[in-house]
Amino acid sequence: MSTIIFLIVFPLVVAVALLILKADAARDIVVKVGSAVIIAASIYLVVKYFSSGGQYFSASNEAVGTAMTIISALLAIVGFVLGIKYKKYLACLLVVVTTPLQLWFEFTKGHEIAVNYNMYIDRLSMIMVLIIGIIGTLICVYALGYMKDDQKHQKDGKDRRPWFFFLMFVFLSAMFGIVTSNNLLWMFFFWEITTYCSFFLIGYNGLFHKKEFEDKIATRNAFRAFIMTSLGGLGFVIGIILLGSGLGTIELSTMLAYGSMGGSVVAPALFLVFAGLTKAAQMPFDSWLLGAMVAPTPTSALLHSSTMVKAGVFLIIKLAPVLGWNIAGIMAMFVGGITFLMTSFAAIGQSNGKKVLAYSTISNLGLICACGGVGTPEAVWAGIMLIIFHAITKCLMFLCVGTAEHQIGSRNIEDMDGLFEKLPRLAGCMMIGIAGMYLAPFGMLISKWATLTAFVDSGNILLILIICFGSAATVFYWTKWLGKLSATMAGRENLQKNVHGEETFVHVTLATLTVLVCLCFPFISSTLVVPYLVSAFGAVDALALSANNMIIMCIMIAVIVLLFIFFFGRTNKKIVPIYMNGVNEGDNLSFKNAFQAPTEVGLRNWYMESYFGEVKMNVIGCVATAVLEVACIVAVAALMLGGIA
Amino acid sequence: MTVMIISVVAYLILGPIVGGLLAGCDRKITAHMQSRVGPPIRQPFYDVFKLTEKEDITVNNVQDFYVLCFLIFTIVTGCLFFAGQSLLLVFFTLTTASTFLIVAAYSSNSPYAEAGAARELLQVMAYEPMVLLSAIGFYMATGSFDVSQIMTSETMPFFAVWGLFIGLVFIMTIKFRKSPFDLSMSEHAHQELVGGLKTEFSGKTLAMVEVAHWYENVMLLGLIFLFFANGTVAGYVIGVVVALLTYFLEIFIDNSFARMKWQAAINSAWIVAAALGAVNLFVLLLV
Amino acid sequence: MSYVAKSPWIIHYDGSSCNGCDIEVLACLTPMYDVERFGIVNTGNPKHADVFLITGAVNERNKGVIKQIYDQMPEPKVVVAVGICACSGGIWEECYNILGGTDKVIPVDCYVPGCAARPEAIIDGVVAGLGVLAEKRARMEKGLDPEGKDEAAPEAAVGAPEGTEASEAEKEA
Repeated sequence: MSTIIFLIVFPLVVAVALLILKADAARDIVVKVGSAVIIAASIYLVVKYFSSGGQYFSASNEAVGTAMTIISALLAIVGFVLGIKYKKYLACLLVVVTTPLQLWFEFTKGHEIAVNYNMYIDRLSMIMVLIIGIIGTLICVYALGYMKDDQKHQKDGKDRRPWFFFLMFVFLSAMFGIVTSNNLLWMFFFWEITTYCSFFLIGYNGLFHKKEFEDKIATRNAFRAFIMTSLGGLGFVIGIILLGSGLGTIELSTMLAYGSMGGSVVAPALFLVFAGLTKAAQMPFDSWLLGAMVAPTPTSALLHSSTMVKAGVFLIIKLAPVLGWNIAGIMAMFVGGITFLMTSFAAIGQSNGKKVLAYSTISNLGLICACGGVGTPEAVWAGIMLIIFHAITKCLMFLCVGTAEHQIGSRNIEDMDGLFEKLPRLAGCMMIGIAGMYLAPFGMLISKWATLTAFVDSGNILLILIICFGSAATVFYWTKWLGKLSATMAGRENLQKNVHGEETFVHVTLATLTVLVCLCFPFISSTLVVPYLVSAFGAVDALALSANNMIIMCIMIAVIVLLFIFFFGRTNKKIVPIYMNGVNEGDNLSFKNAFQAPTEVGLRNWYMESYFGEVKMNVIGCVATAVLEVACIVAVAALMLGGIA
Repeated sequence: MTVMIISVVAYLILGPIVGGLLAGCDRKITAHMQSRVGPPIRQPFYDVFKLTEKEDITVNNVQDFYVLCFLIFTIVTGCLFFAGQSLLLVFFTLTTASTFLIVAAYSSNSPYAEAGAARELLQVMAYEPMVLLSAIGFYMATGSFDVSQIMTSETMPFFAVWGLFIGLVFIMTIKFRKSPFDLSMSEHAHQELVGGLKTEFSGKTLAMVEVAHWYENVMLLGLIFLFFANGTVAGYVIGVVVALLTYFLEIFIDNSFARMKWQAAINSAWIVAAALGAVNLFVLLLV
Repeated sequence: MSYVAKSPWIIHYDGSSCNGCDIEVLACLTPMYDVERFGIVNTGNPKHADVFLITGAVNERNKGVIKQIYDQMPEPKVVVAVGICACSGGIWEECYNILGGTDKVIPVDCYVPGCAARPEAIIDGVVAGLGVLAEKRARMEKGLDPEGKDEAAPEAAVGAPEGTEASEAEKEA
């Protein structure tokens, strides 16, 4: 209990300290020490509850509840004022609807509902705590070096870094809150905090700037994120109200227990799933995550890998026992499935590295949502594995692209050819990251395999087709990027020395983690995931991957690692120029043209715009998912009204 | 366990021999179809032995490593298949192997190799859904992804997954690198890409690629065979015969079609996969 | 025993030929002559090739190309000059931009004269080249330079206009 409280409070303390401290050196120390403490505390928490498998805590405290209410009200006022200031009236409207609704419920019904357990820790929470604690803090450490470079690009010269690091640590605190709250009102409080944090982080270059220095796109995208996630917040509140008035509880555990016993919790589940889908940037709300790219890279990494979006899928995975073939489950599985397919396609058409990562994130989250929606133990197993592997690998990719952007001045994949020569260590980490995203025997592939099997077992042909075609697209867009990175171009200047030490440290740590987690995933599966599934579902018949297959995968990883250690980059053959019709100028980069003048060779990847144009995919996906969501909500509303009448 | 080891060892030894002979037959039959005499059936072996006798040259210090990985992973794929492991594992490993080959070509940063690599990648995207769907079809028909389980199934899987069989034979044209979809390597007289993917490989490296293809082809024919395996000798005979017929059919297609554009490859492969896959899986689900 | 002679792969380069010899080279691949009987494949890629067939005379513009293609072929390799133009420059020998036969740029192992060279003659030439190929492979196996550069190499240097070549080489570098 105390460790959980510590994990929520301590980042807040660090955040406040960072807000006050202005000097670089002081910030470096506080962030590094703070991160180390958070990592240690996360690990301690897991070790402490590892054997018992978790515990529920009553943690009832009137003062905490009151404080939360006051803070949400204050935040709502801030949101409202900013909405007026930037003329985003939709944001104001959502705030005006959501917060009073929440307050009304708290003051009328909320007080009458007895809450036995406000907080808990179970094995799924432990996994999330580890992800947030380790990946999240590594991002903060990385941000130290990155933001020094970023500061040089600030036009008005103001140092907003204290604000930035404040938000980052508040974010971590709120995430710890989300994954340990059993009281849905508490969870909603933390949920809203992450919404506001991401709002401010995305708007880092726009909000609170003087007009002439304001990055208009940043402001606009910040509001877009705010509006879309607030819509989800509204769904969350409605879900809580339905649950409170229908079942007389606001506890997640009670709701799941009731649902597992056959009681109908479809209506509240549907709205909670809706909240999760918006937070996880599923279509038609995917544009906020794409817009989040305008923020400094550590923000994107934090939003995409370990936190914001993971909150959404965490909720859906958590609800999985009551999903399945009911309206809420159908919404989760098909919105997730369609999003997975469409965004995988859309990623093919992108040359902007961060955008490819963003689309890939959305598509993987779609897969996780679909797993949650299917709601069988093996699907949830796959979903949790996806969460783990995705968090590490995607974080690595984002941080690598951020560094590459600062070093080569572009985030375009086409400009990354020759990166292998310019930034060998960075390119190596990126290649590990990409391989980790889709290749056997790495983690994401293992999870995708399990997902496929789970879908087949649930007999859902549409999802089977979706994952088959989506995987093919995934192979395409990652491999062409991998190819670009691997291209060798002799004679490029080595820029590796310009990279900040912190950045390289984090890259290498994450790359190592990517491989290590793949090696020990059978262990993670048997000690954390399977026991969680047993507690959530009662029993687990069979896993998608037999132990045999897991061992084969691990052996393959070991083989690849050994091959790389012993054979990579070594040759005793004669190195000759590449073939260019006999007119290679000798540098492998230019040829002699018809006028005997050297001409540079330009090699470009395929984008297949006519097939996988971004706009086309978005329109199809958004329309399909929007129709689906509206239909599901209407159906539930009709059922409820019918039930009342 | 003994059976498993025997079949893996047999694959390791016989794989390249059978694959090479099939390649030789391919060239002989093709020659006869064009009313030529053609090379001896042993010719592919002469080619590979010759390649090992050539001077060792390469374009950078990493390309050969990727090709080595391609060879190793292709062999591992085949071994997993003949060891009776999960079909999905086999296919995912195969994709990894293809990726190594593609990355090898990209790493040279050579115009022709990169153009070939991009086309190869497109081909992977084109055939991947059908390959995965066929694995799922086997699972739904026999209740297992494991090749060893499918081998002993009571009825021939073919009767349940006929649609997927047709689809798989269709994409085999891509996998065997035959016209009209031999986009990435410019086999035979198609030379507009010089050697496509293979442009920068030479000597022993090229020999490794050739041998890997032999191993891969044998594994693919094994996949065709699997559709007819039902644990009886008759089933095995039918399987071998159909696999050989399929190979012959691909040679026939190769010689009857001109090269098509990449659009044709992806359109046709995806339409076939979506239509046959959906219909066949749906039928399986209902039955 | 060496396999090079059993699987000679060819790259064909058209220097400044009138296409007469080129047509005949391609004719060798047709059912009429079917050189694939001998394992001969037209690869079009120097990195895969063992035999370099050149038609047409060498001129100022293509000599660098010929040299580079030759250099990109892995040892052992042979060069077969097909047609009188490739052998000596033929009727173009005195032209202002013509250097002469192929041997002005790279060492030639076999000369197939004719205008145009007949397919039978080309096949003969290639088969003669295979003998040289086997010899070169044998030298390689003994650890010697296949082109015989470690001995006195009399024929390669004969008649080459030293001055122009050296100055061109400098410019390219």
